[in-house]
Formats: sequence, C-alpha cells, structure tokens
Amino acid sequence: MSNDETFEKFRECAVEVLQVPADKVTKEARFAEDLDADSLDLVELVMALEEAFDVSVEETELDGVETIGQAYDLITAKL
Amino acid sequence: MLLGIGDQGPIAGRRVAITGIGVVSCCGVGPQALWAGLNGPPPEGERRVPDFDPERWFGPKEVRQIDRFAQFAVAASEMAREDAGDLGVDPDRAGVIMGTGVGGFESLQNQVLVYAEKGARRVSPRLVPMMMSNAGAANVSMRAGWHGPSESIVTACAAGTHSIGYAARLVASGRLDVAIGGGTEAAMTEVGIAAFANMTALSTTGISRPFDARRDGFVITEGAGALVLEAWDHAMARGAHIYGELAGAASTADAHHITAPVPGGVGAVTCMVMAMEDADVSLSDIGHINAHGTSTPLNDQAEAEAITKVFGAEALPVTSTKGITGHGLGAAGAIEAVAAVLSIDHRLIPPTSGYEQPDPDIHLDIVAGEARPWEPGAVLSNSFGFGGHNGCLVISPP
Repeated sequence: MSNDETFEKFRECAVEVLQVPADKVTKEARFAEDLDADSLDLVELVMALEEAFDVSVEETELDGVETIGQAYDLITAKL
Repeated sequence: MLLGIGDQGPIAGRRVAITGIGVVSCCGVGPQALWAGLNGPPPEGERRVPDFDPERWFGPKEVRQIDRFAQFAVAASEMAREDAGDLGVDPDRAGVIMGTGVGGFESLQNQVLVYAEKGARRVSPRLVPMMMSNAGAANVSMRAGWHGPSESIVTACAAGTHSIGYAARLVASGRLDVAIGGGTEAAMTEVGIAAFANMTALSTTGISRPFDARRDGFVITEGAGALVLEAWDHAMARGAHIYGELAGAASTADAHHITAPVPGGVGAVTCMVMAMEDADVSLSDIGHINAHGTSTPLNDQAEAEAITKVFGAEALPVTSTKGITGHGLGAAGAIEAVAAVLSIDHRLIPPTSGYEQPDPDIHLDIVAGEARPWEPGAVLSNSFGFGGHNGCLVISPP
C-alpha cells in the first residue's frame, strides 16, 4: 500500500468516527480545535484504526497525540 | 398542588401552568400527529415512530453518540420549549425531570454483541453516556442551558407520570420557575421485545384492546412526551398560552409483587385519591380518566376495580389511548399527559381503540368508537409500573 493509500484509509476512519468532511482531515488538523473531537472521540478513532490496520495501540501511547499527523505516525510506525 | 403538611394543615404551593407540549409517538412527530392518530384507525404492524428524523435536532456526530431514547427526549422537549415561546427564565431556575423505564437499551444490546464478537477492547467508549438512564435529562438540560435540577425517575411504566409530577412540584415549591417534565423510551430491540414476550406481557394477536373481554397483552411502542411546566404568575406575566394546569400528582407503591398489580388495585385507589386531594378537586370535578389501560388481563381488571371503588360503577368516561399508541413504558405517562392536554384543547375525549366486547367483570363507561364531546373538566391520568409503582396526575383546564 502506498503512503497515499494508507492515509486515505486513515482518513476514511476519521471521517466515519468524527463525522467531519474528508478535506478537514489533514495531517495538521488538531483534534480538539479543528475537528471538535474530545478524548472519547480519540479513543473511538483509535479503535477504528486498530481494526482497519490490524494494529494494537496502548492507551499510554495516546498521551500527547493532538493532531491527525501524530495519530497517523503512531499507526504507520506499527505497520 | 400541595407542598406538604405543616402545623396548620396542608400547605398549598404555587399554581403550575402547562405552557408547552411536545411528543414523539407511533402516530408521528408532534402533538397534531398524535391527535390525528388517536382519532383514527390503529397503526398496522409494529408501533415504532414512523418518521423520526434525528437530523432535525442533531448533527451527524450526535446522531451516532446519543441513543434513540435520549434523541426522543430531546425532540419532545425541544418541541415543547418551542411551543412555549420565549420563556425568559433565569437558567438557574429552570430544570428537567425526564423519566425512562430502561434507558439506552439499543446501545447496550449492540455493545454486548461487539463484546461477544470482538472482545472487551472493542466496546465503545461511548456506551456509558449512551445507555445511562439519565442521558435523556442530561441532553435536554444541555440543549436548554438550564442549571436547575436535571434528574431521571426510573419507575418502569410510571416513570413519565412520576417525572411530570415531580417537575411540577419543583415549580409549585418555588425551587424552579420553569421545568420540563416528561418520559422517554426506545426499548424495541430484539432482546427487549423477546424479554417482554417471554414474560407473556405482550399481546400474541398484536392487537391492543384495553378493557375488552378479549384483551391478551400489551403492544409495545416507543417515543417520548414532554410538558413545559411554568409558575402560573410567570406564564401570565409573559402572556403565554396556557393549555391547562398541572393541578395535582401522587405516587404510591403496591409493595406486593414485582410484576403483578395488587388484587383489587388497592395501591391505585390510594394514588388516585391522593392525586385528587393534592389538586384540591372532588370526584365530580374529574371529567374523564385517561387510564393506564394497557390491554393486559391483570392491569385492566385491577385498574377497573380501583376506578369503580373510587368513583362508583360507570360513573365517568374512561379512555385508554394505548389502544392506538400501544404501551410506551417509561414514555407512556408523558404521552398520555399530552393526550390529556389535547383532550381539553379539542373538547373531545379520544376513544379506546379496539374496545368492542365488554368484559362482564369491568364496570366502566369506556369511551369507544368515536371521540366523545365533553365540557372539559379535570383529567385524571393513571400510570402503573412493574415493581408496583403507581402514579396519577390531575390536569385541569385553564
């Protein structure tokens, strides 16, 4: 899977869980400020990503994750 | 409505006006749909809310994150608030009492399946705020921005009635100037229906016919009802339309059996008498009864005996709107309170759909066939819940 395809798959999860338009899901987008996502949304998103990418993310790994880019890197580092 | 008994006797509270109504039922969304439904043929098939569009009240994310029962609560309450007009109320003096029988049954059922299929790590972090029984009240108060009491009463099929009674008393006592009282339910899940069916509470024919000799159980439904209850002077001062007065309420327990009513309806007798005392009305002031009338053999027999004990045989018109709506559990009393308000407004008592064959053991004047014109008096609205919870309201014309 190319980087573009991987990000597209990531974006689909974010759109589904956060119910935001796809073009708002950029690597710079901040969960709270730009995507109106709270901590439970982030947990829900990570669950969806774990399923989609067949990876496992520990709760502690989410500390300090504030942007789509950071979450994307966290997932892709496990692929 | 009384606040209690003091050294000098009963202490009367402030009068409570009904200034807004909202309802979601199997007849459709809104009071007009309910009234049209109550005066038409019974709906065919399952009695789900046919045309509920959550996006009328919620954004796409909220639709995913708020269980159907809480969506109904918000829809009915927002309708009632809109109907009441500009309340101009201090948010610290406005509150919500929104009852339910079960809470977020669908969310719970879905996540139990997720747990079974995918394990603990896949259970939604949203499950708790979606299923908790207070989610209706919480979402309504968040919408309104009201900081007064926001609570949920959970007394099975009496929850809506108890919630309206308690909300009214908060206004009568002076704690609140405006309260929303109501009930909500969305328990028509596969497990919910199976559970009610297996306890033989549901009609096997699928026909709701309260007080009829052939009645064989209730027909389950879903929905919500809400009333805006407002201090009388507050409502008058802003020139609000007043539908009627929430004049009295009472709550008693059978202390008998977890599902069966006490024989002869003794708990219901006390509850009806106390509600009328609370409203300071006499037997002859009650113009009709909106009965609990579920269409189960036991409830209707016990309720009929209780009504006859209090009022005498065939002493006043009795209707059960559950012939049309089916039984909405924790929403039932609130939907019926809206029906009672509409019966005053339209000067008609809606008929008991499905009632054709009198039961020789029931001695009531059942309104059947067509709506019966009446000179509006007070309506006594009954609700009785599994657990032996009895609730009665007295709603008077303005």
